[in-house]
Amino acid sequence: MITTIGKKFIKTSDDIGNAFLLLVKTVRSSFSEKQDRKNIINQMIQIGIMSVPVTALTSVFTGMVLALQTAYSTRNIFNEPIYIGSVVGFSMVKELGPVLTAVVVAGRVGAAIAAELGTMKVTEQIDALYTLGTNPIKYLAVPRFISIVVMLPILTVFADIIGIIGGFFVSVYKLGIAATVYKNDILDYMRVEDLCHGLIKSVFFALIIVTVACYKGFNCEGGAEGVGRATTQTVVISMVMILVSDYFLTALLVLFGVG
Amino acid sequence: MIKIVDLHKSFGENSVLSGVNLEIKDRETLTIIGGSGCGKSVLIKHIVGLLKPESGNIFIDETEITGLNEKLLSEVQKNFGFLFQGAALFDSLTVGDNVAFGLRNLTDKSEDEISKKVKKCLSMIGLEGIEQMKPSELSGGMKKRVALARAIATDPKYIFYDEPTTGIDPIMADVINDLIIHLQKSLDITSIVVTHDMTSAYKISNRIAMLYDGKIIGTGTPDEIKKTENPYIKQFTTGSSVGPIKMKVKAHGTDTESR
Ligand SMILES: Nc1ncnc2c1ncn2[C@@H]1O[C@H](COP(=O)(O)OP(=O)(O)OP(=O)(O)O)[C@@H](O)[C@H]1O
Ligand SMILES: [Mg+2]
Repeated sequence: MITTIGKKFIKTSDDIGNAFLLLVKTVRSSFSEKQDRKNIINQMIQIGIMSVPVTALTSVFTGMVLALQTAYSTRNIFNEPIYIGSVVGFSMVKELGPVLTAVVVAGRVGAAIAAELGTMKVTEQIDALYTLGTNPIKYLAVPRFISIVVMLPILTVFADIIGIIGGFFVSVYKLGIAATVYKNDILDYMRVEDLCHGLIKSVFFALIIVTVACYKGFNCEGGAEGVGRATTQTVVISMVMILVSDYFLTALLVLFGVG
Repeated sequence: MIKIVDLHKSFGENSVLSGVNLEIKDRETLTIIGGSGCGKSVLIKHIVGLLKPESGNIFIDETEITGLNEKLLSEVQKNFGFLFQGAALFDSLTVGDNVAFGLRNLTDKSEDEISKKVKKCLSMIGLEGIEQMKPSELSGGMKKRVALARAIATDPKYIFYDEPTTGIDPIMADVINDLIIHLQKSLDITSIVVTHDMTSAYKISNRIAMLYDGKIIGTGTPDEIKKTENPYIKQFTTGSSVGPIKMKVKAHGTDTESR
């Protein structure tokens, strides 16, 4: 019993260490070597553009439901729906925009990366890369790393905007709030720091997703079954890590006066 | 020259190599034979640095490679061509790009020269004009032949063939035998071949080595192997189920021995 727990613990710390090492190597290789532009642009399209519809859909409804909930809550307390713009704006920009987008991308892109790299691992394509003079980290991890770190914050800004627009429609057409009131509720209180707060977090989430996905893919073993396992684990681990690290990142950023 | 000294490797509880000693001279074709699952693929993956042993040394032209860092190892790996048992073609690339992969990464040939070389390599294995096809459109045997073209495209000094004729019809298998002989004779290539196909082994080899129970139990020229008194080698080369080698048949976690 104790030995199994001990073994599990050693395995987990081993994994964390090796995954971190992979991240370090990837970052180093991203900056030090000449990059394959075509490959990166390809990945950006795969990761970024293809995630737009699902991101838009989730964030518009999140913005809408936020407006609705805020209206009902403030109506109960203050007898009228107030500060809807502020609540929707802050929640989207600082919290829900980054987190929801990251979760959607972890499910869509993280899983795809783990499955693709995992398949390459079990069919010896990763070994073949080595024998043909190519480092798999440079050839496979780096383009995905760059694309996701660039695209996730952009997607997040997009999600923020769409969410706020969703809240706007509910406020104006369902709750009967004047458009200018909604707009001023946002613009009067929102600062650049708040936007930075969300974006810094989304960069961290990007690092989590790409590191977990590449690590699970590169270390995949055991045929098709192993690929399936790597894929599920990637989604579960990165989602949990996103949500847990979100708390600590928020606390840390507030401590340093960012948002 | 390749020299393997007292190589040990196990995967968890499963000890695969337990003291392999072997020397491969320049410009010879050495064939490694042995039962399924005895560790032939594992052995040649160690020689090219894809796997790290627990103990023992491997010398490639005087360079000890088991202790090399990634960068130095990749320098040594430029001398190798490797045909994987499962072909390991990159399925996201076309056949042409697969064969050209090593040429683009390891040489500074122009695109013109590369496409000529790709054409030549494909015609050597009897598959002209399939540059634009994707690996998923090829049959198993065709994949193997394309992988062979990819392995020889960079004119490596050492070529490793992991079961080059398995899954290929007998006539094409003989074409591949001739190709291996041709490469060795005309280009002074050192070949290391893993095979179960004794016809092919006798035809192409200068020497044959048998791997059994984690060790090399005998080496010799094809004639010596044919006349050997060693009961293990005799049983294997004649393909008899009667003899000292008991095949382990693993079924549902229990070991049963067949006779
Ligand atoms: N990555 C790995 N992890 C764990 N065990 C492995 C790994 N690779 C190989 N093995 C084990 O090592 C042993 C030897 O495998 P190997 O692939 O070298 O056999 P082989 O001699 O090439 O057999 P075949 O002729 O069928 O290809 C097998 O028992 C296999 O289970
Ligand atoms: Mg094998």
